[in-house]
Amino acid sequence: MELRSNAPSGPIETAWDRHRFDMKLVNPANKRKFEVLVVGTGLAGASASATMAELGYKVKAFCYQDSPRRAHSIAAQGGINAAKNYQGDGDSAYRLFYDTVKGGDFRSRERNVYRLAQVSVNIIDQAVAQGVPFARDYGGLLDNRSFGGAQVSRTFYARGQTGQQLLLGAYQALQRQIQSGNVEMHTRSEMMDLIVVDGRARGIIVRNMVTGELETYMADAVVLASGGYGNVFYLSTNAMGCNVMAAWRAHRRGAAFANPCYTQIHPTCIPVSGEHQSKLTLMSESLRNDGRVWVPKNAADCSKDPSQIPESDRDYYLERKYPAFGNLVPRDIASRSAKEACDDGRGVGPEVGGQRLGVFLDFKDAINRLGEDAISARYGNLFEMYERITDDSPYKTPMRIYPAIHYTMGGLWVDYNLQSNIPGLFVIGEANFSDHGANRLGASALMQGLADGYFVLPSTIGNYFGSEGADIKRVDVSPDSDAAKEARNAVDQRIAKLMSIKGERSPDSFHRELGKICWDNCGMARNKEGLTGAIEQIQNLRNEFWQNVRILGDRDTLNQSLEKAGRVADFLEFGELMVRDALNREESCGGHFREEHQTTEGEARRNDEDFAYVAAWEFKGVDQAPELHKEELDFEYVKLTQRSYK
Amino acid sequence: MSAQQLSFYQTTLGKKVVMAISGVILIGFVLGHMAGNLQIFLGPEKLDAYAEFLHSMPALLWGTRIVLLVSVFAHFLSAFSLWKLNKAARPQAYAKQVSQATTYAARTMRWGGVIVLLFIVYHLLHLTVGAPVAGYEIVHGKVYDNVVNGFSNPAIAGFYIIAQACLGLHLYHGTWSLMQTLGFNHDKYNHLRRNIACGVSLLITIGNISIPVSVLTGCLS
Amino acid sequence: MNQIMKTTVKNMKITLHVWRQKNPKAAGSFSTYVVEDVSPDSSFLEMLDQLNETLIEKGEEPVTFDHDCREGICGSCGMVVNGVPHGPKARTTTCQLHMREYSDGAELWIEPWRATAFPVLKDLLVDRSAFDRIISAGGYVSVNTGSPRDANETPVQKSDADLAFDAATCIGCGACVAACPNASAMLFTSAKITHLGLLPQGQVERKERALGMVNQMESEGFGGCTNHGECEAACPKGIRMDFIARMNRDFISASLS
Repeated sequence: MELRSNAPSGPIETAWDRHRFDMKLVNPANKRKFEVLVVGTGLAGASASATMAELGYKVKAFCYQDSPRRAHSIAAQGGINAAKNYQGDGDSAYRLFYDTVKGGDFRSRERNVYRLAQVSVNIIDQAVAQGVPFARDYGGLLDNRSFGGAQVSRTFYARGQTGQQLLLGAYQALQRQIQSGNVEMHTRSEMMDLIVVDGRARGIIVRNMVTGELETYMADAVVLASGGYGNVFYLSTNAMGCNVMAAWRAHRRGAAFANPCYTQIHPTCIPVSGEHQSKLTLMSESLRNDGRVWVPKNAADCSKDPSQIPESDRDYYLERKYPAFGNLVPRDIASRSAKEACDDGRGVGPEVGGQRLGVFLDFKDAINRLGEDAISARYGNLFEMYERITDDSPYKTPMRIYPAIHYTMGGLWVDYNLQSNIPGLFVIGEANFSDHGANRLGASALMQGLADGYFVLPSTIGNYFGSEGADIKRVDVSPDSDAAKEARNAVDQRIAKLMSIKGERSPDSFHRELGKICWDNCGMARNKEGLTGAIEQIQNLRNEFWQNVRILGDRDTLNQSLEKAGRVADFLEFGELMVRDALNREESCGGHFREEHQTTEGEARRNDEDFAYVAAWEFKGVDQAPELHKEELDFEYVKLTQRSYK
Repeated sequence: MSAQQLSFYQTTLGKKVVMAISGVILIGFVLGHMAGNLQIFLGPEKLDAYAEFLHSMPALLWGTRIVLLVSVFAHFLSAFSLWKLNKAARPQAYAKQVSQATTYAARTMRWGGVIVLLFIVYHLLHLTVGAPVAGYEIVHGKVYDNVVNGFSNPAIAGFYIIAQACLGLHLYHGTWSLMQTLGFNHDKYNHLRRNIACGVSLLITIGNISIPVSVLTGCLS
Repeated sequence: MNQIMKTTVKNMKITLHVWRQKNPKAAGSFSTYVVEDVSPDSSFLEMLDQLNETLIEKGEEPVTFDHDCREGICGSCGMVVNGVPHGPKARTTTCQLHMREYSDGAELWIEPWRATAFPVLKDLLVDRSAFDRIISAGGYVSVNTGSPRDANETPVQKSDADLAFDAATCIGCGACVAACPNASAMLFTSAKITHLGLLPQGQVERKERALGMVNQMESEGFGGCTNHGECEAACPKGIRMDFIARMNRDFISASLS
């Protein structure tokens, strides 16, 4: 397997423009002859489908939800970064690029990131033209805020619902193309396999989730916009349906999976309240602007009402450890510190599984300083959400927070054109690995999804058709071709196998157990022993799954247990790869913290000498070890430095 | 489901507009009618003269009657057709349904409307055919006497009072509703819409009921 | 009540009457289940998860219902609980409703959204694709991806932008339809018409939008509005009924011109 980034050389500032000029174009009259399948209709998938349809390509789009408007992009709260410099505070594409590479702990591809920073400004223009109601100031111009500790105000937002508003913008653009007949939309449809013909991605097998029928779709290219794999941890801030199936099926068909161990853990989520918990809810990072994080100094105080714990017995550990940044340290550091406090026996809240997993986020000082009204104006909706879930009022008693899996930086390997190592298979949004390195900055996920969907993919896919169109078209593909039939049979047999097990345990119970293995061993802190053990545990669990899962109902109807089982089956394979990647990466960087690799002060220690590469894994069989391929990363513009927030 | 192009009246919104506009006409009439009738408090001469004055302009009289008839007809027809469409939109009722916001007036619009319609029929027959319906002789031209004679009968007066209460409820929801339907909307004035509806319906109800009540209590004789 | 004491609250026993329906054509009926040991801190859907786990154990097919984000924003979930869409807590979706709203021994009737335009596919899961078709009929600004003018070239009065945002927060869950005695979709449709109608970007297509979206809405078999206000009361996002007046005005003026 050869991994070529295909990134243009020469000055980085002009790389994308020169690349666009060099790309082959498709004659407008010929565009309608090219058909594209898009899997997933979140920010990336919806924006890409709409834009490609506007250009004239024939698009078929698929999503597992009942409407494209429900994709989990909708839940993003904080905002979207763009280097507009409307505030005149010294922002620029170069600065956004620099911050992103540094924030990603120097594990991303410079040229991809520069392009992302560059097109970020177009996203805002496009969204506003669509009628996305961003926050405005009294002069009627767009408002910005500083987000996630950034030194400039470059984040555009729509109250706490930026993801929703941007997704609805893309969704509306998509619905417009559906109306005009350029996009054929398939909702409640799940991709079950990728069809590769003659070395190119040429189709997918889809299960119609209402009728249970398997459907075969053939095309000239396939785009995966199927999101991240955070649900391998069972409890995460992802939606219940988010899964790795599309990406994993492509991986099994030959697509390399890059950096799966880079997972982002968000520090401000509502803690687990009991065994019944099905998902975790994130609260915007902005809360840390005014809230102070603490735990009791003495473990004996942990069961007390916080108001009974005097100031002198409180440990404001972030302020103590990181006096310069205090409560605003980056996500990974804030998360890990919370874990350390709880591991130290000083966590607060109810005991779940014998441990108190929570720390206080206290607004008392802010309320005393600014008044309850000012705090309510800033965080009213978040406080309301918190109270709805926990029944506690943050105005009266400190919030309890705990980190949770939130975003996954790893994903299918893609080159500069967002094409995987399988020609004709493009991967966009959270599903690819490209732009965030080992850690994503706040308000950058929406930016990347839309940059890929609106501006990058529609150009690069044209280049693929323009330069290789004749070769693509030379191979005739039909749903009756051997490759398509083979894929369909494989899916059919897999479903038949699942239905025939008739074991004792529900798919959910396996998922829960897998999640615990991953969280305990491949969560906020990882070590060799735990990871090695986890591989074995996952393998055992996988074996049990294929002998003991119980799926009721029929396969040819709407069957949520069957859907769930299929997803869990793939997580059981994927989880092992994630753990293997974490085991291989003998360094700490970004969201990946190896306990063996820390400074004497307990901070992450990167190893640029040996690990400044993208780890791209090739599938070799379910019970075979995957093969590692390396794409070396060069840093021409951003100097490799150690992050310090002291 | 691809949509066929519906005509304005085929939409529920179009039907509502027909209801609203015919409603406005009918409210206008009811107000005028009430204002005329209240002249009863000025004595028999004034009222009888007013009746005579109306009869002296047959073109206007019949014009008004036709407009009213068409309005009632349009109001009823659009209501009926909306009712059918609305019923079809939810063929299966909930096993449990709890209302959270609706008012008594809103819930009784349809049956209240039917009662008002039946009342109008009775009212017209009462003051035209007279005896067979009302049980006493109607003397043409003697409007004051006819009214006082009629309302001296507690049964007739009672029916009128109940019908006016129904009309009041109907007008309360109808007036507020027609402002929604016709798109009278402004953030600054929206809070007034309920008050206007309340005012119109109270004015009409109290004005109309004052006549039978006055007769029953002996203030008018 | 402080958070430490609450951990001692005892778990509850809940009796459920759940609408079960095999497919769109089958006749449905209520089945009664008892769920034991429900934590007051679990969400309503987690309580149903718990029911489903026990059903699977017993070899009965679990209850099918739509759900995804479980944080009240995707609009997937929704069921009528004891006669109220999304249950008794105001401005709260079913996934954000918590069992502490009920007391031990509570008896709950759980039904799907009922409307001709939202056929039941299975149990509590309905087909809401009519909403997508309403959006397709004009709920957008026709602007291709490309090089639109700079975002700050067109200022928007803050009050208009804020109101447009209020309307744009609709999550398309369908509770308005479920709550309306006429199964009307006016609140949903008017929210989009209001959102785009308040912004300068939405002006060019304002009339076509009103005509197209209303026409589609009416063709889908939703009922008409009789101003009960049930939609507004049920809406988890606080979408306001006066948006319907805005839609009506746009529709009437577009029909007249």
